[in-house]
Amino acid sequence: MKYIDEYRAKDLIMKLEDQIRKSARRDYTFMEVCGGHTSAIHRFGIPYLLPDNIKLISGPGCPVCVTGTDFIDKAIAYSKMEEITVTTFGDLMRVPGSVTSLEKVKAKGADIRIVLSGLEALEIAKINSHRKVIFLGIGFETTAPGTAVTIKQAETDGINNFFVLSAHKVMPPAMEAIVKDGVNLDGFICPGHVAAITGSDAFNFIAEKYNLGCVVSGFEPTDILLSILMLIEQVNRNTPKVEIQYGRVVTVKGNVIAQKHLSEIFEPCDAKWRGFGVIPLSGLKLRKDFEMYDAENNIPLKITYQEDNELCICGKILRGLKTPAECPLFAKNCFPENPAGACMVSNEGACNTWYKYNINE
Amino acid sequence: MCLSMPARIVSIVGSKAEVSVGGTIFKAGLQLVENVKVGDYILLHAGFAIQKISEKEAAETLQILKEMNDSLSK
Ligand code: SF4
Repeated sequence: MKYIDEYRAKDLIMKLEDQIRKSARRDYTFMEVCGGHTSAIHRFGIPYLLPDNIKLISGPGCPVCVTGTDFIDKAIAYSKMEEITVTTFGDLMRVPGSVTSLEKVKAKGADIRIVLSGLEALEIAKINSHRKVIFLGIGFETTAPGTAVTIKQAETDGINNFFVLSAHKVMPPAMEAIVKDGVNLDGFICPGHVAAITGSDAFNFIAEKYNLGCVVSGFEPTDILLSILMLIEQVNRNTPKVEIQYGRVVTVKGNVIAQKHLSEIFEPCDAKWRGFGVIPLSGLKLRKDFEMYDAENNIPLKITYQEDNELCICGKILRGLKTPAECPLFAKNCFPENPAGACMVSNEGACNTWYKYNINE
Repeated sequence: MCLSMPARIVSIVGSKAEVSVGGTIFKAGLQLVENVKVGDYILLHAGFAIQKISEKEAAETLQILKEMNDSLSK
């Protein structure tokens, strides 16, 4: 397939591997922020191509994983209300809330429907005008513009039974939280699809304020290896900066149209991340003018929260402090088919990826 | 869910397109991109085209890789 196969060419991968070995002259630790990168790195066996002195650690960029248990609990509580239909991306279905999951309450009869986009959820609202339809808005800058477009469409079409429960988040504040946490890093492999929207400029402050290299990377093996090589060169020359490896999709300024939609509908708010607690201004909530589409504003909900499974170390994994193998439940009481924590659910979750590709690591 | 795939635009009606990912057809909203036409490649994410893929930049990355020689970091 175009834009995929050519970046998986074996000869180029071998060339890069060789070049990385020649360039690496000390220990390096890089964090791949995006869950899509974590998944690609393990799927393509990249850790096996790298010399021992290069360590990759996973970060907080799996939207399903960082979504707090309280959000799942809210979604479940809504889905149990008579007049409500909950619509969601499929990935959220199996994420454990504090007591149960969306999948389990659906099996018991709750009206929960899987959609591929916000617009599909809006269609469901149009067809079911007697019901209140809530769309679970999760995802980073890559996904949130789609929700913004959907809300605008709801306004244009005069739909008033469509609501969004927003857990949308933005990535740079979480990266800063990682650095402030003191995780020992030599640079970031920056999320390519977040940057497609934000532009690589969104990471400038990390390079400037914290002297850490940032390479915005694509998702094919040659992309990732080239990004690692670029980071190594930055460290070797002591020139931390923001570079774009993924030029076919990412520009310095990003997708201005999407940014406009985003800022028209959403404003920054403090948000809770699994493992981190509240990170200031890391979330997106609906602006006042669009409050009529905000689920929490319009459909009151009372729930009491319970503690997360205390053995699950998802939070520490998302902060780059632990690896899945260090979790006592990993592959013992926690499996993709029966997950105990969020990181085992999503295809981009570190535990899920480790389980699938290298359980023995 | 954060996965985004390169997809080729097969048809456009208003702000909706049908796109092909290796032969499988998906719907894509075009509200977030401009100046796209049938045959263009876009990045498909959660039902929307989020960016047009730059043919020129794509070729350049490959060129860098192909030309990479041992002079780097010697
Ligand atoms: S293996 Fe399961 S319980 Fe352990 S950290 Fe991962 S998701 Fe949580």
